[in-house]
This record gives sequence, structure tokens and C-alpha cells, in this order.
Amino acid sequence: MDTLNFFVENDGQILQLTLEHLWLVGISMLLAVAAGLPLGILLTRRRAFSKPVIGVANIVQTIPSLALFGFLLPLPWLGERADRLAITALALYALLPVIRNTYTGILGVDPGVREAARGMGMTDRQVLLQVELPLAMGVILAGVRVATVITVGVATIAAAIGAGGLGEFIFRGLAMVDNRVILAGAIPAALLALLMDQLLGLVERMLTYAQ
Amino acid sequence: MSEACETVIEFRRVSFRAANGHPLLSDLSLTVRRGETLVLLGRSGSGKTTTLKLINRLLEPSAGEVQVEGRSTLEWDPIRLRRSIGYVIQEAGLFPHFTVERNVGLAPQLERWATEKIRARVREMLKLVGLPPEQFLTRHPRELSGGQRQRVGVARALASDPPLLLMDEPFGALDPLTRAEIQREFEALQGRLKKTIVFVTHDLREALLLGTRIALLEAGKLVGVFTPDEFLHAPDPTVTAYVAAFGTGNGKSHL
Repeated sequence: MDTLNFFVENDGQILQLTLEHLWLVGISMLLAVAAGLPLGILLTRRRAFSKPVIGVANIVQTIPSLALFGFLLPLPWLGERADRLAITALALYALLPVIRNTYTGILGVDPGVREAARGMGMTDRQVLLQVELPLAMGVILAGVRVATVITVGVATIAAAIGAGGLGEFIFRGLAMVDNRVILAGAIPAALLALLMDQLLGLVERMLTYAQ
Repeated sequence: MSEACETVIEFRRVSFRAANGHPLLSDLSLTVRRGETLVLLGRSGSGKTTTLKLINRLLEPSAGEVQVEGRSTLEWDPIRLRRSIGYVIQEAGLFPHFTVERNVGLAPQLERWATEKIRARVREMLKLVGLPPEQFLTRHPRELSGGQRQRVGVARALASDPPLLLMDEPFGALDPLTRAEIQREFEALQGRLKKTIVFVTHDLREALLLGTRIALLEAGKLVGVFTPDEFLHAPDPTVTAYVAAFGTGNGKSHL
């Protein structure tokens, strides 16, 4: 009851921080897909690079998020603004699932289908756009979905470096030893994660050819 | 008469090695004449499929030269070359995310035919292979039986009316009854279409039924080229072994 009252009294700020959170996640995911998708495609064409590139992305993901924020802080352009820095770190985290799923998704396309496409005189570009990407779409979108859900969670830590978002409530609540304040950050963040998961699941079903 | 003997494809002492250096084809010389159906016969790993892929430049020879219409495949633009050749492969060749209509219309679409012309052509091709268009146009490959899929595969290869057809065990994945049925239909179709066809199979019966001539391959080497009649009576031990294997009963017909 107490918590509910707190929510109602602070609905304006909750909404504002939720939007901020969404913005952090949205921009990070756009960057991650914009970089990860072409990179994943490139790796299927230059397979020798797949091990090192996916390895590096793997290592990035093992760095604790707070530490990653800290590492990026001294960098010249990035360190100037907290949101810039947070978005970069979040995008780096989201990169691995996007690259890996693009790579495995495309390599998972039936070689017979790819060969038929080439044998019929499709150019490399046509094979990619008309055959490989549509058939790998389910796996690629699953990667984006996982990355998005992770990013919603990790983005709460961005508040520690002053980038805003729902983490503000969580850190404030921790400092004040007030569960209501923590929940004001944690519950919307959890709901946001669930919502994004459902939404991307829907997109996945719409865009994916059913096997 | 002279046109009947015109050479469409010529292998000149062609060898091919896999990326790991393993020789798959050695010193193959072979010609395919206009209008004939040349069957490449041989067991698994004999180099039949390799030979076929050298024609549409999915593979390039390690030594020697493959000529199509008097030009080395290496001089052809590979995209142009492939679009002038119909290609049918076993089972997997259809695009699972395309409807039958898009599958069959793909080659004309790549060649930028007008939409109306493609629609008409797709319907014509489906009728040709015995599939009523109104029933099949909107289906996906997964909604077809094996035999129907192969028919769609043939329709797709014929859609842009290529003079040359490459078929890699097109009926290999079918049950014996469907297979016999589709072979007979295809034989009838051959007579009407007058295409030059290179047909890969390991099935001697299929080779005898459909081939104008049969080229027998064994371990990457050409044993010889025979008419179906010659094949049955050739003294060559590899040939007699092949004939014997097929003579001893239907159940053992898969080499």
C-alpha cells in the first residue's frame, strides 16, 4: 500500500525516468544492430576472422558493467557526457548476441538452397538479401531480443555514472535504505524488459518464415 | 544432320582438386552435343556432381578447360552463364520461404521480365509439369510431396527457357513408384522440349531410360561414353560390374 502510494505520488518522475531508460536502450540497440549485423555478415564471408572477432565480443561481455563504464570514462570524447558513455558501453554489451546470431543464422541456411541460388545466377548480393537473410531472420531476431532484454537490465547501472534512467531510483533507494524507492526503479525496469521481449517476439513471428 | 552433332559443352583434359588438394576429377575429356541428354553415371564420389558444377562455374577447373558454347567458362561472366543454364538439384533446391509461384518465377524475375509475362510463364510451366496452377501457386515447398517438389524444381529450371539444363540426381530422393512415374513424364517432356541436358545419376535404369549417351565415371576418371545399347554390351569390366549390380534385383539398385 505504502509502495503503491509512492508510485502514485511520483508517477511523473517514474514516467520520465522510464522514457530516459527506453532512450538509452533504444539508441544502444540501434548502434549494436547497425554494427553487429554487417559485421556478422562479413564474418560469414571471411570465416577466418570469426574466431577472433567473436572472441573479442565474448571478452567484452565478461567485463563487469560497472568496470566497463569506468574503463570508458577517461576516453576523450566518450567521457565528456554520461549518456554518451553509457550508450557506448551498452552497445558493446549487446554486440555479441547480434554478431553471433547473424553469423550462425546465415551459416545455418541449407547449403543446398544457397547452391541453388548461386546456380540459378543470383549475384552475391541477391543471395544475401533474397535467400540468406530472410532464412536467417528468425535466429538473428532471437539474438536482438536477448540483447535487448539484457540491455534493459544493464542500463539500470548507467545511473551510477549519472546517465539517468530507472537506475536513478534504485541507487537512490539503496542510499536512503528505502525499498519503495528501489521498487520504483526495479518494477518498471522489469516490466520494460518483459514488454520488449514480447514485442520483439511478435516482430520475430511476423518476419520469420515458419519452418 | 550437322546441327545434331554440334558441340555445346566441351571438357578439354579437365582436372579438379578440392581445396584440401584431394583430386576429384582427373584428365576428363568429354563433349555434349546439342539436343542430346548426356547422363553422367557413377557411384558416390566418382566426380559426377563435380563435373556438373564445372559447367555452370560453381567450380573452376584446376587444369584444362571447360567450354560452353565455344567459350571457356572462365571467360564467361558467371552470372550470365548460370542464367543461361537451367539447374535442378535433389530435394533441397527450392527456396523454403518462397511460394511455388515465386520459386518458379525466380529466373525470369532475375532477368527482369515484365510481371504479367512472369505470371503467365509460371502458370504455363506448372501445367507443363502436371501441376494445376490454381492449386499450387500459393503453396510453400513444405506443403508439397517429394514428387511435387521435384516437378516444381523442373518447372523452375525451365522457366526462363534456357537451352541447356543441368540436373543433379533430380529424382534421387523419391520413392521408387513416384520416381518411375516422374521419369516417364520427364522422358515425354524431353521429346517436346528439345533441350540439351546433362543428367547426373547413380541409377542405371534411369540412365538407360533418359540418356542419349551415358558417360560412366569411376574415381574421378571417365571410363567411357556409350549409347544405352552399347552400355549393356560393353566388355569393359567397370561397365559389366555396373550392369551386373543392377541386374541382380530391385532392392540393391542403390550403389
